[in-house]
Amino acid sequence: MSQVLDREVLDKGYAVPDVLVSTQWVADRLNDTDIRIIESNEDPLLYPSGHIPGAAQVDWTNDLNDPIRRDYINREAFEKLMSRIGVTTETTVVFYGDKNNWWATYAFWVFQLFNHTRAKVMDGGRLKWQNEGRPMTRDIPQFKPARYQAPERQDPKIRAFRENVLEHLRQRGRLVDVRSREEYTGERLHMEAYPNEGALRGGHIPGAANVPWSRAANPGDGTFRRAEELRDIYLKEQGLKPEDSIIAYCRIGERSSHTWFVLKYLLGFPDVKNYDGSWTEWGNLVNVPIEK
Amino acid sequence: MSSVEDQNQRVQMLLDFAGHFKEVPERVARRPFPEQRRVAFCESEAYVWAEKQPDGTAKFHFAVENPSGISAKALAYILDRTLSGVPLDEVLRVKPGIVSTIFRQNISMGKGMGLMAMVQTVQKLARDLMRETAAH
Repeated sequence: MSQVLDREVLDKGYAVPDVLVSTQWVADRLNDTDIRIIESNEDPLLYPSGHIPGAAQVDWTNDLNDPIRRDYINREAFEKLMSRIGVTTETTVVFYGDKNNWWATYAFWVFQLFNHTRAKVMDGGRLKWQNEGRPMTRDIPQFKPARYQAPERQDPKIRAFRENVLEHLRQRGRLVDVRSREEYTGERLHMEAYPNEGALRGGHIPGAANVPWSRAANPGDGTFRRAEELRDIYLKEQGLKPEDSIIAYCRIGERSSHTWFVLKYLLGFPDVKNYDGSWTEWGNLVNVPIEK
Repeated sequence: MSSVEDQNQRVQMLLDFAGHFKEVPERVARRPFPEQRRVAFCESEAYVWAEKQPDGTAKFHFAVENPSGISAKALAYILDRTLSGVPLDEVLRVKPGIVSTIFRQNISMGKGMGLMAMVQTVQKLARDLMRETAAH
């Protein structure tokens, strides 16, 4: 069942359509034991207020981040998380969430640090599911603890650290700043309606293109724009090429996970990394170049 | 609220509060709500009004425009229940950090700051009312 093609997604023309599924695809598989649906939101009260039947919650703060260091969980913690939500290496996980799947793609990205490639995102996320009047429940599912043997975290392929960004600059690699125009220009130090999380300098990393992350989503239902619309934005308008080495960043690496997902899978660019240190790190670093 | 140690109980209580939330009555405000009533930093698009009462206290009203703003609705309900009808100088003594006492780990840093801004907005309106009263 889980391998049946999703025509709704295929019709959108993506390079790697397998990573995206429609709400109907999910609705048809609510009882598929090979699939674990995972909700990931910014507001942890959303899941208990109602979620897709059978869905587990993965919280970006409590489940994915190291509680002490500014880093992601290690292999052992990831194995515990997977055990808790009853996921084995054979389970296909399907992420969805609020805010146009912003946090769902962030969780998807962290799962890829542990090479859990049986992973998908539900197009349109929570908003589309609710708008379609599909079933929601407050019942918290109980999962039989699973045995999961994870590899050590594999950062280099999809994650950039500040040293990588500096080297990337020397190599004249392409950067995509997915923050708002006001943050990019330094007029504002943080996202509108969000607090200033402590960046001392405003602006952007030199040479970065500015493509706010939400441009990749349809505002009405939170789905990803079709491939040709995405190509218009990233290739025609910004001049990115599939052979480019690209680093995306935002404020702490969450919004840029959305753009990373778009470039890597929906457009099929092979070399895209997410710089999760992002502006809260770069805007505080001593003696790094900044453009306004 | 601070005595509810069980995480699930706390979540259920917050959801109940959000469920009991009642939007600002039309006699006080109608859409589109004025921008000056909007809480800065709150992504849930929360709005606050203070209605002066004959005894010198205030009745606080709220609106939350983001349908996913569950936390904001829960906090609005709590603030209305605990601060409406209370002497204004007592309203000013509430510490915005009460948000972390209420929500604990159920809140991210960004959202926590937005909710604290709701408390601060209530206090600003209380302060404005006190000044207004003193001026008369």
